[in-house]
Amino acid sequence: MTAEAAPAPARPVPLPDDASESFWAACARHELVLQRCASCDRFRFPPRPMCPSCGSMEWRDEPAAGRGHLWSWVVAHPPVLPAFRDRVPYNVVVVELEEGVRMIGNAVECANEDLHEGMAVEVAWDDVEDGVAIPVWRPAP
Amino acid sequence: MRQFAGTMPGVTSPMRDAAAIVGVAHTEFSKSIGRPERTIALEAIRGALDDAGLAPSDVDGLVKFTMERTVEVEIARNLGVPNLRFFGEVGYGGGAGCGAVGHAAMAIATGMAEVVVVWRARLRGSGGRPWASKSNRVGDEFQWFLPWGLSRPVDQIAMLTRRHMHELGSTEEHLGAVATAFRAHAANNPFAMMRKPMTMEDYLAARWISEPLRLFDCCLESDGALAVVLTTPERARDLQKPPVLVRAFSQGTGPEHVVMANYFTERPLDSPAKYSAEDLWRHAGMGPEDIDCAQFYDAFSPLVVISLEEYGFCKPGEGGPFAAEGNLRLGGRLPTNTSGGSLSEAYVHGMNLVVEGVRQIRGESVNPVPGCETVLVTSGNGVPTSSLVLRSAA
Repeated sequence: MTAEAAPAPARPVPLPDDASESFWAACARHELVLQRCASCDRFRFPPRPMCPSCGSMEWRDEPAAGRGHLWSWVVAHPPVLPAFRDRVPYNVVVVELEEGVRMIGNAVECANEDLHEGMAVEVAWDDVEDGVAIPVWRPAP
Repeated sequence: MRQFAGTMPGVTSPMRDAAAIVGVAHTEFSKSIGRPERTIALEAIRGALDDAGLAPSDVDGLVKFTMERTVEVEIARNLGVPNLRFFGEVGYGGGAGCGAVGHAAMAIATGMAEVVVVWRARLRGSGGRPWASKSNRVGDEFQWFLPWGLSRPVDQIAMLTRRHMHELGSTEEHLGAVATAFRAHAANNPFAMMRKPMTMEDYLAARWISEPLRLFDCCLESDGALAVVLTTPERARDLQKPPVLVRAFSQGTGPEHVVMANYFTERPLDSPAKYSAEDLWRHAGMGPEDIDCAQFYDAFSPLVVISLEEYGFCKPGEGGPFAAEGNLRLGGRLPTNTSGGSLSEAYVHGMNLVVEGVRQIRGESVNPVPGCETVLVTSGNGVPTSSLVLRSAA
């Protein structure tokens, strides 16, 4: 079998840590949650143990609305990581959520040419492998 | 002596002009240099000491990049350094260069060491791409961007570029003006890896790498090593080359930084460079008006547009038009990356920009800026960054 004919290697999947474990566990259930400070109520992303606004180490996960708009995007062309070679050209987006935080994802159910700044999107799920899902974004109706 | 526009009476930095660069050297730059990283590091360091007229026995300090594979003691026991009384390292890849020089200057200014060498040796042309070696399970900050395929530095900077275009109006022709200007500079540089002239048409016809960035928005992939030697201004006066003073240096991150994918802060377009710039001008007692020549970190062309704005040469949104008016070229208002930079000379984490800054002040550049006395050098942005003002001791 030639290198070209071999299947693409497995895509990268998150390795959860103490602060991100509950976020990724919720994703596996297709639930988008956001870390929120239990003291000053600030949402924060990426998750981390301490609130940079008030210093509290108490926090909770709150269900997110799952809606936002495109803040920026790129379209990746070769050479890319082998795990992504069957997807080129593929998009990666930054979404600004209604809760005010930004998150990286992919836009789905939408041609790359149709992506635009401010485009309304809602969360969808990409089941990367058994027990691992990552949030992706499709045009909101 | 001329008056500097940013000077505030009575405000001085203990670091100001407290160390001097007295030696610089580098190996050839190529796609595949054919010698180990350790060997080329030693070649560059010996070369820089020769340039200064110093011996390995004079060296008592070393500063490295965290990504350097050869450790300080390995350098010292090959070189014959009797004792390292100061050693340290600065992190974050391309963001480190000016910081490493600055840390060396701090060691000298505080008397911790007297002759300090900063070096960078890389097999980045033949040694593979660091971002390509991630395993399938990605933790730390990587878990927030790699799973969606935001994997290469070019993707991470392209994301900011698109936003800069949207908010501040930069265009692909602005980026092309940066890339073609630096290529024109490289044409005169025998060390440059890319000397073939490039027109705007050539630039626009190149393939996409990560939209909105094309092939020639990206730096080269190079092997090579460089070294810089610093000592006290007093000792520098007796050495063979004209001393180049470290007028000021600074580092900066801004709030809640995420390395390379710094989109999570309230104002992501306020890049680490904005923070470094503010401190740099304060420490220097100077402003952008006082700079004769700039060496901006250019792993990707948009970083130059952003730097023009963050370091205060242009208002937000005016960096691109400034480049498009030809101001980065020789004879322009701010000749920039006069050796060809990372885009056309070599990509060695920006240490070639430090070396070129020194050569401009010495009058040794292949593209000399007439009367050049002060140079701004910056390091990688989008990561924790750093910057330097160098000036003539004359």
